[in-house]
Amino acid sequence: MATRLLRLIGVLLACLVLAATPALAQSQANAAMVDALGQGGFPQREAAIATLVATGDARVVPILQALSDGNLYTRISDGKVVIAAKAGSAFALKGPLDGSELGTAAAGDLDKIKINNGLRGKIRTAIGQMTLLSTDRATRLSAAQSILKTADPTTFELLQTALAAETDPQIKSVMELAEAVIVLKTDATLEQKRAAIQTVAGHGDRDALTVLTAALTTVPDALKPDVQAGIDAINRQLQLWSVAQNLAYGVSLGSVLLLAAIGLAITFGVMGVINMAHGEMVMLGAYVTFVVQQLLQSYAPGAMEWSLVIAVPAAFLFTGLVGIAIERGIIRWLYGRPLETLLATWGLSLILQQAVRSIFGPTNRPVLIPQWMTGQVSLGGLDITWNRLWILVFAILVFAALQLVLNRTPLGLQMRAVTQNRRMASAMGIRTPFVDAMTFGLGSGVAGLAGVALTQIDNVSPNLGQGYIIDSFMVVVFGGVGNLWGTLIGALSIGVANKFMEPYFGAVLGKIIILVLIILFIQRRPRGLFALKGRAVEP
Amino acid sequence: MISAMLLRALDRRAVWLVCALLLVALAIPFANLVLPEGHPLHLPNYLVPLLGKYMSYAMLALALDLVWGYCGILSLGHGAFFALGGYAMGMYLMRQIGTRGVYGNPILPDFMVFLNYKTLPWFWYGFDNFWFACLMVVLVPGVLAFVFGFLAFRSRVTGVYLSIITQALTYALMLAFFRNDFGFGGNNGLTDYKDILGFNVLSATTRGALFAATCIALAVAVLVCSAIVNSKLGKVMVAIRDAESRTRFLGYRVDNVKLFAFVVSAVIAGVAGALYVPQVGIINPSEFEPGNSIEIVIWTAVGGRGTLVGPIVGGLLLNFGKTVFTSLWPDYWLFALGGLFVLVTLFLPKGIVGTIRDLLARKAPPRRDNTQPEATGAEDAPLVTEPAE
Repeated sequence: MATRLLRLIGVLLACLVLAATPALAQSQANAAMVDALGQGGFPQREAAIATLVATGDARVVPILQALSDGNLYTRISDGKVVIAAKAGSAFALKGPLDGSELGTAAAGDLDKIKINNGLRGKIRTAIGQMTLLSTDRATRLSAAQSILKTADPTTFELLQTALAAETDPQIKSVMELAEAVIVLKTDATLEQKRAAIQTVAGHGDRDALTVLTAALTTVPDALKPDVQAGIDAINRQLQLWSVAQNLAYGVSLGSVLLLAAIGLAITFGVMGVINMAHGEMVMLGAYVTFVVQQLLQSYAPGAMEWSLVIAVPAAFLFTGLVGIAIERGIIRWLYGRPLETLLATWGLSLILQQAVRSIFGPTNRPVLIPQWMTGQVSLGGLDITWNRLWILVFAILVFAALQLVLNRTPLGLQMRAVTQNRRMASAMGIRTPFVDAMTFGLGSGVAGLAGVALTQIDNVSPNLGQGYIIDSFMVVVFGGVGNLWGTLIGALSIGVANKFMEPYFGAVLGKIIILVLIILFIQRRPRGLFALKGRAVEP
Repeated sequence: MISAMLLRALDRRAVWLVCALLLVALAIPFANLVLPEGHPLHLPNYLVPLLGKYMSYAMLALALDLVWGYCGILSLGHGAFFALGGYAMGMYLMRQIGTRGVYGNPILPDFMVFLNYKTLPWFWYGFDNFWFACLMVVLVPGVLAFVFGFLAFRSRVTGVYLSIITQALTYALMLAFFRNDFGFGGNNGLTDYKDILGFNVLSATTRGALFAATCIALAVAVLVCSAIVNSKLGKVMVAIRDAESRTRFLGYRVDNVKLFAFVVSAVIAGVAGALYVPQVGIINPSEFEPGNSIEIVIWTAVGGRGTLVGPIVGGLLLNFGKTVFTSLWPDYWLFALGGLFVLVTLFLPKGIVGTIRDLLARKAPPRRDNTQPEATGAEDAPLVTEPAE
C-alpha cells in the first residue's frame, strides 16, 4: 500500500516536473545560483538545488553529481563554489559551470559543502529528471542504461514517469527492463514480481538473461520456477539468434568465397585451364583499388567516397587485359596439357607477386573504407556489418552479370560453343583464339572485381591472393566444374559449414575439417556436386 | 626373383648413377675431414650439411619423378610426405635431448614443458628408440599415401583434380601442424637437437656420416626406382601415364599400380625428409607449405621427368642456384624461379636430361621415346558448360 501511495505521489510530482520542464528549459544556470549551494544550511541548499534544477540546464547535472559525491567545495577566499579533485596533498580545482581549470588549493583553503542522505536522494531524482526526461535521445538512453545497472529503487517513480512519456522503442525497452528489475528488488507483491519476470523474459536478450540469472538467487522461492522458465525461454531464443547469426556469417564468408572463386569457375570450369595465378589476379584488383584511391586523393579528394565505384571498372579492365596478355603469351601454347598449364601459371604467380612487392613494397597498403560501408546494422539479435552486406550484394550482382554474359550475349554463346566443340565452332566461323582470349580475360577481370571487394575486409599485400587460391579451387571442384550454379552452391555451403564449425572446433581446426571433408567428398563424387553428365565428361 | 629384378635394375644408366653417388658419398667427407685446412680441395665445414640438404632434396625430386614422370600422377603434396618423415626423425632427435633442454625435463621436450604438458602424448611413445623412429619414417608417409591413394585412385580422381586435392592435403596438414595443441611444437617446430645415435649432430664427423648416409640412401632409391620402372610393372605405369583408360580396358588393375607407385614414392620422400632434418637442424610446419611442394615439381621438370637422373640433376642444380641467388640478389629469386617455371614448360618440356638425350638420340635411328607423356583422356579434353536451352 505504501509503495502504491508513494508511486502515486511520484507520478504526480513527475507530471508537475514534466509540465514545468519545457518552459524552464530555456533559462540558463548562472554562477550565482551555483554559489548559492555553498551558503546556509541544508534547507537553503535544497532550495538552491531546486533553483538549479528548475533551469533545466544540462550543465547542472555534473555539478549535482559532484555535490552528491562530496567533490563540491567552497573556496574560502572568495566564497566561490568549485569542483575539486585530490591531486597529491592539494586539490585541483575546476569551475563548475564551464569546467575551466582554476589551479590548485590546499585543503585548508577549501570548505567542503556538506550533504546528507535526504539531499542525496533529492539530487538523484533531480539528475534523473534532467536525464531520463531530457530531450536528447542519447542522454535518455544512457540514463536508462545506468538505472538498469544500478537498479536503485528510489528512481522507480521517475522511471515510470519517463516510461510513460517515452516514444523511442529502444529506450523504452531498456526502461521497461529497469523497471522490472527494480520491482524484483523491492518488496512488491508476488503478482507484480511475476509480471516483472514475464516482462524481462519477454525481452529475450543478453541483458534480460543477466537480470534473471541474478534474480534467481534473490526472489522468493515461489517465484523461482517462473524465473527459471524465463531463463530457459531466453536461452532458447538466444540459441535461435546465434544460429541465425552463424548463418549470416556463413553466407557472408560464402559470398567472399564466391567472389574469389567465380573467376576461376570461368577459367578452370569453362575453359579447363588451371590458372594458379588466379589469386594474383585478385591481388592485382586490390592494388588497382589502392592506386585509384591514391590518384583520387591527389586529384579529386571530393570523390574519395566513391572511389570503389570507380575502382570496379578500372580493376576489371586492368586485370582483364593482364589476363588476355597471359592467355596470348603463355596459355595458348599449353592447351591440352593441363598439368603444364598449372606449372606455368604458378611460375607466373610468383613473378606477379614479386613484381608487386618490388613496386609497392612488401607491407600492407592502406585502403580507405568509404563512409557508407562502415558501421553495422542490427536486425533483432543479428549484427551485420555494412561492408559484409555490400560484398554479399556485390557478389550476387557479379554472379548475375556473369550468367547474363554467358547465356544471353553473342560472346557467351561463342564461348560455350568453343568449349563444347572447338573444331566444330571453328568450322562455323567462330574465331576460336579470339574467344579463348576473351574468356580468359573475362575470368581474370572477374578476379579483379573480387580484389576490389576484398580490400574492404582483408589486407592489401602481395600475399593477398595466396590466401584465396586453395579455397577457390576447393569451391570450384566441390561445386562441380563447368557450372556456375555449382560454384554458387559450393561457395555458400562451404562458407556456412565453416562458420557453423567454428564455435565448436575453432577457426583453424574447422578449416582443416572442411578441407578433409572436401577431399573425402571428391572421392565420392570426383566431378563435384553438379557434375556434367554424358559424353562431355569423358570422351 | 628379387635378384632378377635387381639385375634388370642395373641397366647402364643406373649403374653409372649409383657409382657416381657412392663416389660422392666418399669424396665429400674425405675432402672435409681428411684433407688439411690449407689444401686446395679442402671443403669447409658449413658446406657439408648444405650439400647434404641438396642431396635429400634430390631424393625428394626422384620420389616425385616416380609418380609424375612414370605414372602421370602430378602430386602437389609430396612436401607433406617429406615433412612427415622429417617430423618422425625430429621426434627421435627431440627425445635424445633428455635433460640437456632449457627446462631440463628428462621426458618432455622443452616446448611441451613450455605449453604446460604434464605427460608425454601417446603418439610420442617409442620415439626414444632409433629403430622405432626409422620404422615411423617409412610407415607414417606410407600409410598416409596408402589411405589417400586408395580412396583417390579407387574413385578415379585423376589429373588436375588429384593435383588439387593433394595440395589441399598438404595445406590441411600445414594448418594442423601450426597449432600449438597438436603436440608437435606448433609454429616453432622441433629444433635444438643434440645427439643422433649417441653422436653429436653438430660435429663434423657426424655430418660427414650423415652426408654419406644421404648419398647411399639416394643410391638405394635410384636402384629401387630403376628396378620398378624397368620391370613389367614399370611398363604398365608408363602405359597408364599415356593412356589410362586404354590400359584399364586391356585388363590391368590401374588403381593398384598407381597406388603402388604412390606409396613407394611417398616412402622415398619420407626417408629423404628424415635425412634432411638432422643436417638442417630444424623441422617446422612451413615444410608443409603448398608452395614448397610445387617447387619440387619444378626441380623434376627442369631436370627432366621420366628419366630418374633428371630430377636428381634438377634438385641439385636448382637448390644450388637458389642458395647463390638468394644470397646475391634476394629480390630477384622469385622472378628467376617463376620465369623458370614458365620457360621450362614452354620451351623445355623434357627438361635438361631429356633434351640432351634427344640430341644424342638424333644421330641414332629414331626410337620411341617414352619420356614425353602424351595427352591422356578426360583431363585434356576441354570441359564444357551445360548446353544452352
